Amino acid sequence: MITEASVLDALSGVRDPELDEPITDLKFISDLRVGDGAVDVRLRLPTPFCAPNFAYLMAHDAREALLSVPGVHKATVILDDHHTADEINTGMAGGLGFEGTFSSFEETGEDLDGLRDIFRRKAFVSRQEKLCRAMLADGHSSHELANMSLREVRGSEVKDKYLSRRRELGLDVSDDAPFVVDPDGRQVPEEAVVQHLRFARVTRLSIEANAGFCRGVLAARNGISDPEEESA
Amino acid sequence: MYEKDGEKYYVVDGHVHFWNAGPDNYNKYGKMFIDCFYGYHSALSPEEYLWDEEKFGKYSEEDMMHDLFEIGYVDKAIFQPTYLLDFFPNGFNTTAQDAVLAEKHPDKFILNSSFEPRLGEQGLAEFEEKHKKYGFKGVKLYTAEWHEDSKGWKLTDDWSRRYLEKCLELGVKNIHVHKGPTIRPLNKDAFNVDDVDHVATEFTDLNFIVEHVGLPRLEDFCWIGVQEPNVYGGLAVAMPFIYSRPRYFAQIIGELLYWLDEDRILFASDYAIWQPKWLVEMFVDFQIPEDMQGEYGTLTPDIKRKILGLNAAKLYDIEVPSEIPQEAPAMAGGETGYPERPL
Repeated sequence: MITEASVLDALSGVRDPELDEPITDLKFISDLRVGDGAVDVRLRLPTPFCAPNFAYLMAHDAREALLSVPGVHKATVILDDHHTADEINTGMAGGLGFEGTFSSFEETGEDLDGLRDIFRRKAFVSRQEKLCRAMLADGHSSHELANMSLREVRGSEVKDKYLSRRRELGLDVSDDAPFVVDPDGRQVPEEAVVQHLRFARVTRLSIEANAGFCRGVLAARNGISDPEEESA
Repeated sequence: MYEKDGEKYYVVDGHVHFWNAGPDNYNKYGKMFIDCFYGYHSALSPEEYLWDEEKFGKYSEEDMMHDLFEIGYVDKAIFQPTYLLDFFPNGFNTTAQDAVLAEKHPDKFILNSSFEPRLGEQGLAEFEEKHKKYGFKGVKLYTAEWHEDSKGWKLTDDWSRRYLEKCLELGVKNIHVHKGPTIRPLNKDAFNVDDVDHVATEFTDLNFIVEHVGLPRLEDFCWIGVQEPNVYGGLAVAMPFIYSRPRYFAQIIGELLYWLDEDRILFASDYAIWQPKWLVEMFVDFQIPEDMQGEYGTLTPDIKRKILGLNAAKLYDIEVPSEIPQEAPAMAGGETGYPERPL
């Protein structure tokens, strides 16, 4: 017996690649139906003009997540009210892949994995900055951060998120690995740490502000009041 | 002109539209498009400035003159056309549509135009014709726009370069590039600002104004802003955060002041999505929250004056009344920074 909770749990592993948050937290799931071995999910994004490549990635990932739930043999993901909904829904149903889905357009050689990677790197940088910021607030200096190993970073939810994004990039997450590394895994030299974090701060801001914008627009679209601004 | 606490501000609204998105002029996609704009409008406007959907689709000349110049403190407004002919059969907001108002009120409006490099040689000739007719100093470009079977273009494409050379020849020196919230079906990495970086290096006599300050890629935009002195940030879409998300707004402004400087940030309302009246009032009243001032510093009336009008006035050779104080240019880069010691 498939439960709604197990389905939602699986879907919570799907993130908006650009906003680095689960599609369940972002309230993108507009409808969910669980039947005998089958699940139907509808996704509604903040505007009909959300970028088709991201829309496609989320629909695709949602379908994969649903199929990973024990007992689910058939998973249907429908994108609602999107300007490329027809193409994406047909493409998803037929397993056409991204290029196949948009085959009426010129071949762009678009590399969706490459795009996903760009955003994984950004998510990593942003999570790292968030963690460093919290540690500076706790009394560590940037000099200390630069010389720490992962073991020396106290456990927290922020650290777990950072490690998960770090792992996704295939970087070393062992206890002895240096803490402050760039998205290629190279340790950031002590004299460069401040500048590194300064730039990382803009990446985090960009992701968070964009997520805030999308939340507000989705709330307006669904006719509910805008959630409070998160403390930045 | 706006005056508050003894300080005077000359206001140039760097990004306005006079669109027709009523039922007589949209197809299925056009309807989705204006609904999307309406979503932005209703999500980020104070309640007392909300319009109903009908008015939002098609507002009158009187509405625009009233909202901008009678109550909105705007001294000059810059039309940034958006064609979208596949969605709106008569165009959403074309140069010709905007020209009707601009010609009636030449002291109020600055008319920009646009080009489409995928139209090749013929488009180039038409662009030159258009320039002869309207004599604009700036263009607004949408690199993410789909056209026939193409999903977008880059400023670095061969034909784009030809058009930019033409701009240089004609004295069209301000190139506004839309890199930001989706304007049309876009995919790939259409928000990517790398192409601006390349052409800004190549065409040093042109100014590149990145609209919406590259949001949601503020970091990429800031990065090229540091390297290229002829790159500017337009605040359309970032401005309304001042009301609904003031702490994000503070950080966005703080980062722009740090990575660019106060001379390269331009105020804009994106009318009729948002209205200049409340944006100007709130911006003049705005200050970086105290707990962030260690990282971002503060906004002085001089900085606000530059952002609200003086910077755009320089780009468009607008004469600013002598009663407005004009400060010397800022040094590149702010003095604030990342906390190097424990907070």
